[in-house]
Amino acid sequence: MNEPVDKTSLRPAGEARWQQEYDEQIGADDAVRNRSGVPIKPLYTPRDWNGERYEDDVGYPGQPPHTRGIYATMHRGRTWTQRQLIGLGTPADYNARLSAIIAQGATAVSLIPCNSVYRGYDMDEVHAELLGTCGVVVDTAEHMDACLAGVDLRSMSCAMNDPSPFTLLAFLLAVARRRGVPWSAVSGTSNQSDYLSHYVANHMFFRIALPGARRILADHIDFCNRHVPKWNPMSIVGQHMQQAGATPAEAMAFTFASALQNADDCVARGMDPDLFLPRFTFFFDISLSFFEEVARFRAGRRIWARLTRERYGARDPRSWRFKFHAQTSGVDLTRQQPQNNIARVTVQAMAGILGGLQSLHTDAFDEALSCPTEFGARIAVATQNILREEAHLTDVIDPLGGSYYVETLTDRMEAEILRTLQLVQDAGGMYAAVSAGIVQKAIGESARRFQDDVESGRQTVVGVNAYRVDEDRTARPSQPKPDPRKMQEHIAAFRAYKAARSQEAFGKALDALARAANDPRANVFAEVVGAAEAGCTHGEICGTLRREMGFGHVQAVV
Amino acid sequence: MDIRPKVLVTKIGLDGHDRGSRVVAAYLRDAGMEVIYTPPWQEIPVVVKLATEEDVDVIGISSLATDHLIVPKLMDALRAAGLSDVAVVVGGIVPDDDEDVLLAAGVARVFHPGTALAEIAQYIHDITARIRAQRAGA
Repeated sequence: MNEPVDKTSLRPAGEARWQQEYDEQIGADDAVRNRSGVPIKPLYTPRDWNGERYEDDVGYPGQPPHTRGIYATMHRGRTWTQRQLIGLGTPADYNARLSAIIAQGATAVSLIPCNSVYRGYDMDEVHAELLGTCGVVVDTAEHMDACLAGVDLRSMSCAMNDPSPFTLLAFLLAVARRRGVPWSAVSGTSNQSDYLSHYVANHMFFRIALPGARRILADHIDFCNRHVPKWNPMSIVGQHMQQAGATPAEAMAFTFASALQNADDCVARGMDPDLFLPRFTFFFDISLSFFEEVARFRAGRRIWARLTRERYGARDPRSWRFKFHAQTSGVDLTRQQPQNNIARVTVQAMAGILGGLQSLHTDAFDEALSCPTEFGARIAVATQNILREEAHLTDVIDPLGGSYYVETLTDRMEAEILRTLQLVQDAGGMYAAVSAGIVQKAIGESARRFQDDVESGRQTVVGVNAYRVDEDRTARPSQPKPDPRKMQEHIAAFRAYKAARSQEAFGKALDALARAANDPRANVFAEVVGAAEAGCTHGEICGTLRREMGFGHVQAVV
Repeated sequence: MDIRPKVLVTKIGLDGHDRGSRVVAAYLRDAGMEVIYTPPWQEIPVVVKLATEEDVDVIGISSLATDHLIVPKLMDALRAAGLSDVAVVVGGIVPDDDEDVLLAAGVARVFHPGTALAEIAQYIHDITARIRAQRAGA
């Protein structure tokens, strides 16, 4: 048969002609690369992806390798959890905000503690000016009770930014017992339990020296598997590493490296992979690089579905599922023309949704200015509602699947992720690579590369290096601040609490905690729970463990 | 560069997000400046001690999560230590009202997100030239 002929040009139609015309009009086409460094062609065709390996590499939702989704029904059956991060001021302030956000449609609780809590201190150990400015000040089980007043612990899943030694979960379990809620009914996630990612990235959640942090995590996973079966004790975090500068592929590779390290540690303790893997969850950043993010999440599901079976011999299908929460990237937001951030967050959220996430936090547009205002937070929740119910993004499962581009990019991102993962494994695994500073260095270099791209104009940032307008400060919303009077009352009540409690009970509990830290057969987290129930404070628990296991210092890597 | 500024890049307070301080420190170093870099969570007396011992021209404080609120305490501590001639610049997420407070407390300049690294380097170079001229004249 003759080639189809375009009568107007008498050139053969088809790919060769397209390529010729493209080359004539664009000239020498410098390879476009995405943030992960993967070259991006101007057009993808069946020559890039022809579906030949569809059944093996893509398949169907709910079936390995899960490229199209980890559940058969995906968002058509159950949409994602709207999990907005909140936390500001005192427990009473937090409870008011939480109640409002639940009324607006949030379907789960998240709790961001104050930076004093992150750093492992009580409120009376830090600069008072900083208390409650970035999260809620929770130092005791009583505070947790006040935070969650009116919240049904049986039905609401609670995700808490709660690093090792997991005092917030200990406080929550103490509250559950007081309210007569069995621990087996308590559900949620220990966000930030991944000490490795925090050690390399933002350091916020890193309190206890690496060996101690490693041990306590395994204790925590073991305890939750036994006593709090609906709790996800292991959230492996790529988000911080990406916010710190890692490319999307690097962030996922380092996250898998952490996952393997933690899973190996659990196996070494004799735990059954099919017991702990179903409770592993992941947490990622969603950048503005739309297709790259979609492809990365699809690739991530495929990698995890294969790793869990091939490396750990997991037989329970729940072990193979790459469940992830994602947060739109704050790094991509700008202080300039802040309302533009609503558009950015929308695109980021779409990438996450079309990438098949299970849970989503959309940033408020004013997060580049301060902790978000209530106004900003409301728009962020509305953005999710609009995408789901007005734009109907959930009607079709994995709607970008089968695109020549998206399938090719999924393969390329997978290869890039596996290449970086192998580098870490060759360095002895994540614990060794992190101890040697290898991961930190790579992240720092990627951060610098991205900044160079912005400064040189290779990467446009609207309002920053292009399309600038004159703005005065009236363009920016006013900033929320905790009421200093209420914070002073909170501190006074805390001091009174410490003076009034049974000195004997809390002293005994801290002694038991110190003993457990030095006894490899004991479970440290079980004693953290004991200490919380005995009335010990967050700072006392963290302080005891730091004394026994070493303080978590950060490496200076520039 | 005719002069070689000596800059301490650090973070005080409770926040550990160090992308900003790391990127800025690396850029200033590559621009030929002498950079003393610390990990986050430095105590104010430690910063004063470092600034004294290293005889720096400029202290750069990076703040993402409200740690700028204790910078006035740092300014008091520097004055008490006789380091009033060291320029303090703050970079990060600083709301407008707080910027007014910092400038009133003696902070030389606040750099907001989106500032070009070259602009920061130029400013540090210029203010170092002024500081050294003042010191030489004193």
